Amino acid sequence: MSTVTRVDRGIWEAVLPPIVALCIAAVVGDLLILTFGEAPAAVFSLLVKGTWGNAYGIGQVLYKTTTLTCTGLAFALAARAGLFNVGAEGQLAAGGFGAAVVGLLLPSGVPGIIAVPICVLAAMLTGAGVGAVPGALRARFGASEVIVTIMLNFIVLALLNWLVSAKLHVPETLHTPEIGSGMVPRLADAFAMFRGSAANFTLLFAVLAAAAAWWYLFHTRSGYELRAVGLQPDAAEYGGVRVPRVLLVTMALSGALAGLGGVNFVLGYKGYYEDGFAGGAGFLGIAVALVGRNHPIGILASALLFATLSQGGLAVNAIVPKQLTDILTAVVILAVATAVPEVQKQLRAAAARAANTLRGARTEGVA
Amino acid sequence: MSAPLPAQQPLAICMRSVVKTFGGVVANRDASLDVATGEIHALVGENGAGKSTLMRVLAGLYAPDAGSVEVNGRDVTGWKTTEAITAGVGMVHQHFMLVPTLTVAENVVLGVEPKNGLRVDLHRAALEVESLCRKCGLHVDPHAKVADLSVGEAQRVEILKTLYRGAKILILDEPTAVLSPPEVQELWTVLRALRDDGGTVVLITHKLDEVIAVSDNITVMRAGTTVSRFPTQGVTPRDIARAMVGRDVALHLEAIGVEVAGDAAVAEIAAPSGAPALRISGLNVSSDRGLAAVNDLSFDIRPGEIFGIAGVEGNGQTELLEAIAGLRGVRSGRIELAGQSFDALSVRERADRGLSHIPEDRHRRGLVLDYSIAENLILGRQHHFATRGKLDHAGIDANAKEQIARFDIRPPMPALAARALSGGNQQKIVIAREMGRAFSVLLAAQPTRGVDVGAIEFIHAQLRAARDAGKGILLISADLTEVLALSDRIAVMYGGRFATVLPRAACSAELLGPFMTGAAA
Repeated sequence: MSTVTRVDRGIWEAVLPPIVALCIAAVVGDLLILTFGEAPAAVFSLLVKGTWGNAYGIGQVLYKTTTLTCTGLAFALAARAGLFNVGAEGQLAAGGFGAAVVGLLLPSGVPGIIAVPICVLAAMLTGAGVGAVPGALRARFGASEVIVTIMLNFIVLALLNWLVSAKLHVPETLHTPEIGSGMVPRLADAFAMFRGSAANFTLLFAVLAAAAAWWYLFHTRSGYELRAVGLQPDAAEYGGVRVPRVLLVTMALSGALAGLGGVNFVLGYKGYYEDGFAGGAGFLGIAVALVGRNHPIGILASALLFATLSQGGLAVNAIVPKQLTDILTAVVILAVATAVPEVQKQLRAAAARAANTLRGARTEGVA
Repeated sequence: MSAPLPAQQPLAICMRSVVKTFGGVVANRDASLDVATGEIHALVGENGAGKSTLMRVLAGLYAPDAGSVEVNGRDVTGWKTTEAITAGVGMVHQHFMLVPTLTVAENVVLGVEPKNGLRVDLHRAALEVESLCRKCGLHVDPHAKVADLSVGEAQRVEILKTLYRGAKILILDEPTAVLSPPEVQELWTVLRALRDDGGTVVLITHKLDEVIAVSDNITVMRAGTTVSRFPTQGVTPRDIARAMVGRDVALHLEAIGVEVAGDAAVAEIAAPSGAPALRISGLNVSSDRGLAAVNDLSFDIRPGEIFGIAGVEGNGQTELLEAIAGLRGVRSGRIELAGQSFDALSVRERADRGLSHIPEDRHRRGLVLDYSIAENLILGRQHHFATRGKLDHAGIDANAKEQIARFDIRPPMPALAARALSGGNQQKIVIAREMGRAFSVLLAAQPTRGVDVGAIEFIHAQLRAARDAGKGILLISADLTEVLALSDRIAVMYGGRFATVLPRAACSAELLGPFMTGAAA
């Protein structure tokens, strides 16, 4: 038995469940389409044509892929350290807001080469700030990050809503004014065929972020320690790793990755922050990471898949409800969640921690 | 209870030419086992010899790839665990499978609860468990929470669980690995009572003195197959060891705790005086529950000395070690390594100043099981294998190759996950990591727990070599024979204090026993 066959088997074990999940989703989709009285082949071919069949469709898929890659990476990085970050939605929105505010503060003459990095940095720092809160509470008090991130989502989204509607909005809208500088160029600026689509060069940042996450996890000392904390915190502690510190730093980095996703909408597409732009992309990032097996390369692939389903829903809306693809998304998630033991382990561990925190809160409330 | 098998009555267990492979790894090949009804049968062999796998095939956890399994004359090849339990075959695993928040009675009846309508009748459960306890002489309070039990008691609950389900054939996988000597004796009493009651016991073990003490017949396994079977009567530990390893083994003691002549003299010579390698003064440490675990403890370890701490587990040994390693806060007192105070130093800084640590639980602390051998071999030293934050993969691989060769870790594949290795080889990773580098003081906790004879011999030789090279070694072991075999001075720890500290020459198992239970003070 050589090392090569071992590695091959590892890849197969990683890739097989998502493929099977896709097949199951296809079968469920067929049945659903039949109940609508349509031909599955026609619907699926429309789905493919509307997504990968033309440059505009491809552009839209790539645009959605960008955000999902960021939120997927955010979840995966935390998951590798044993953390279950449900807060990407709030971190994503906060990142977008941070980018918009800094973009508005910059004088309009600042060249993009300076303004873009500043705005991107602002997005990541804001996201990191939001992520660091549950990280600090977990590191200091052992509070379940599951509960804290869920609650923090409401707080952050409500706070942003208030800031925009009370302080920053353009009258009659729920968005900020357009930023003067810091816009990320559209893909269409370089490749004319993408004209009209929202795809922009934030995609490049997302791919770079995936590469950086991969490098960080598997080629740095910090990544080695992060993964050890996720697998066996007691062994990590024995190995001289300061576990609470790793938890805090990882949550901040996770928030930064989610925050980067905000750049896609704010700097790449609209040029302003709009209330509710995240639209569930933060939560879908969890599914992206689970299907991508918390591996940066897997996440790129699975973000493409979910983006295709999402965009495909719009393409087939004329003959079947676009919720069809939402159902297919759910089927993929459920299939992977039941098929992959490590995903189950992750879900169970998160549930146990959340239950512990709730129990702790209850007993303290009594006492 | 004798060697010739009664031909008329069917055997309790009859396994023939069992083959079981996992992926490409052969765990059992052509393994056969005969166990008569009403005997205690010892299944011995080195780590990775396939004992546990064979017993899991018997208990229905694995289906064999080939071969046959008969229980009481019935062909049950490839049966399921539920069928095995119904047929009265119960297995007590090495790692307990109990729910800590439930009581003893609740754990015992879990899955087969007595019902009162739809409700679980816990009162009846407690009564039934109580009467079962009395009947087989296993003493546990049915109302106690499992989380509050000692390891020995938890094991009794595991045995009760199988007996409650009507087990007549009991399989015990390394039952004494976690027990103190008095607890081991109690276990033997229970097993003998079961046997005399018509029950059949298969005992998986490494410890040859146990085999001799309690078994009627012995089957030896080597490299996945059964190599010999003989009655226990008249067999010496050396015979068994030879059959296990396939060659002569240097046993440190005559296996039963009897002193070997000359050992004491060696210890005298090998314990030089001088500045202490490790000095503990007035140390107080709390347990997880905030109770005093180490009470005002002071001692020195000199360079070139093995200082052994004997004692039943749970008397503050764990807390003492963790405090020295920097894993646990100190309430008061000082820890000094070669005259340098350790008080304000992190785990990493202590390691960098020459402290090595073989932790007592390699599955929880000593290894990241899903990390490769190579990755595990740098745990705690990862900062020495990184430049400006980037891991030095070439250096990590070179280190792995070197340590694997030096400490004979098998299989010699740096990229293999530690989880895939046998217990002995997993422990060798820990030993290699902690002893394969420069250090001046070694904390060695249970260094040979769950490890086979060949590996024990190797690990003991490593410890002695380190001592002879002038290292200070703190040895903590629940295995009294090990402490006696290696130490230059021996302390017995009881209730967070040293009940006694004696030079090796003055010690014997009989002398130390009363100190371990707190009977002598």
